[in-house]
Amino acid sequence: MNIKIEVMEHDNLLEVTLAGEIDAYTAPKLRETLFPLSEQEQVNMVVDLTDVGYMDSTGLGVFVGVFKSIRSKDGDLKLIGLSRRLIRLFEITGLAEIMDINSQNEGEKE
Amino acid sequence: MPFREVMEAKYRDILTKYIKEQSESTLYIGQKFSRKSIENQVTPEEIISLHKMILQEIYPDMPEYVVHSFDILLEIMLGYGFAYREHQSLRDQQKELRSEIEIAANVQQTLLETKIPSVEGLDIGAISVPARLMNGDYYNFVEDENDCISIAIADVIGKGIPAALCMSMIKYAMDSIPANRNEPSMLLENLNRVVEQNVDRSMFITMFYGMYDYARHVFSYASAGHEPGFYYDGKNEEFSEIYAKGLMLGIDKKTKYRQYEKNIHPGDMIILLSDGVTECRTDEGFVEKETLLNYIRKYIHCSAQEIVNNIFKDLEKLQDFQLRDDFTLIIIKRRV
Repeated sequence: MNIKIEVMEHDNLLEVTLAGEIDAYTAPKLRETLFPLSEQEQVNMVVDLTDVGYMDSTGLGVFVGVFKSIRSKDGDLKLIGLSRRLIRLFEITGLAEIMDINSQNEGEKE
Repeated sequence: MPFREVMEAKYRDILTKYIKEQSESTLYIGQKFSRKSIENQVTPEEIISLHKMILQEIYPDMPEYVVHSFDILLEIMLGYGFAYREHQSLRDQQKELRSEIEIAANVQQTLLETKIPSVEGLDIGAISVPARLMNGDYYNFVEDENDCISIAIADVIGKGIPAALCMSMIKYAMDSIPANRNEPSMLLENLNRVVEQNVDRSMFITMFYGMYDYARHVFSYASAGHEPGFYYDGKNEEFSEIYAKGLMLGIDKKTKYRQYEKNIHPGDMIILLSDGVTECRTDEGFVEKETLLNYIRKYIHCSAQEIVNNIFKDLEKLQDFQLRDDFTLIIIKRRV
């Protein structure tokens, strides 16, 4: 099980594309990549999860941490391309109400 | 006799024999020899010097270049010798760490121990199994003077030791919240403030908190982002999700939790669980909600403890006995 992380920066936007599985084994790698980025002032980050087949609560923890860190620096985090299973995870935990999830409908898939 | 003292004679024996007849059985003896020498911490370069020395003895007029070739081999094998010794010492350290973790896991077990209350009219069963050594799931029962049983079920996001340490803190925070604030929504609001202030920013907790009033048979509950449980309507033999919305603990200190109530009738059941149950994965994919409910139906006539034990056994088998996540399941049955 592995994860591929791609970060592209253009203008004022950080585009992160993830592919693979996010679990207890891959989450540390994700955290190491995203945390330093989230600590800059006024970051505008979009994370594309279209190719993430599985994410457990450890992965959720990474995104919440990144979200809190970005918010504290007046930045913005968007998650796009979440599968229905992932959406459910964000809904159950109440995170869907405070985080920007799939606001661009393009990524929604069955 | 110590191995090192006979090592030279043994190796000479094996080497001369093999040079003479190249038999399988001598190769096998060679394998046994290497196991013995590893056991006795003989380094690779020691074996090579031994080889060179014995070869010079048997063939005194061995060409110079062969002798020199051993010197370079020896030099190269020195590095392997270092790596080997490092590996040995890491193995010892790992053993030590493992036994320390085992002790910590036992301490955690004792700290978090809870007794399933026995109340007339109710049948309660609970099981919690960690995926690794330490459990990031937690459940707790408290029986108070007002004919109520409180049930907390929680999951720390993150696994292993950090999650387990965090859980111990939650238990003490819960115990120190005054009893008159035990209403589920109030309790979660209080706990949320504790977690928000005291826990690492990438560690979060989901919790379902319920209070069963066994004089009136009313179940009141609130949830902080926890995996929803199920309610079983005994009369109509139907399951429904126990819906309760709320943000998980530790994110926003001003979070409010809504409290819900449900009347429980004879033959009804309350099923509470952690995401280790619903996120069960097999080679063919996730265990669907229907599959889980079918397992409950299959054992519905058993006692609550038998139901949870049997479901755990079945789901563990389905996953080839490899739990990916901590697994917690609680069933509260109102007796008919």
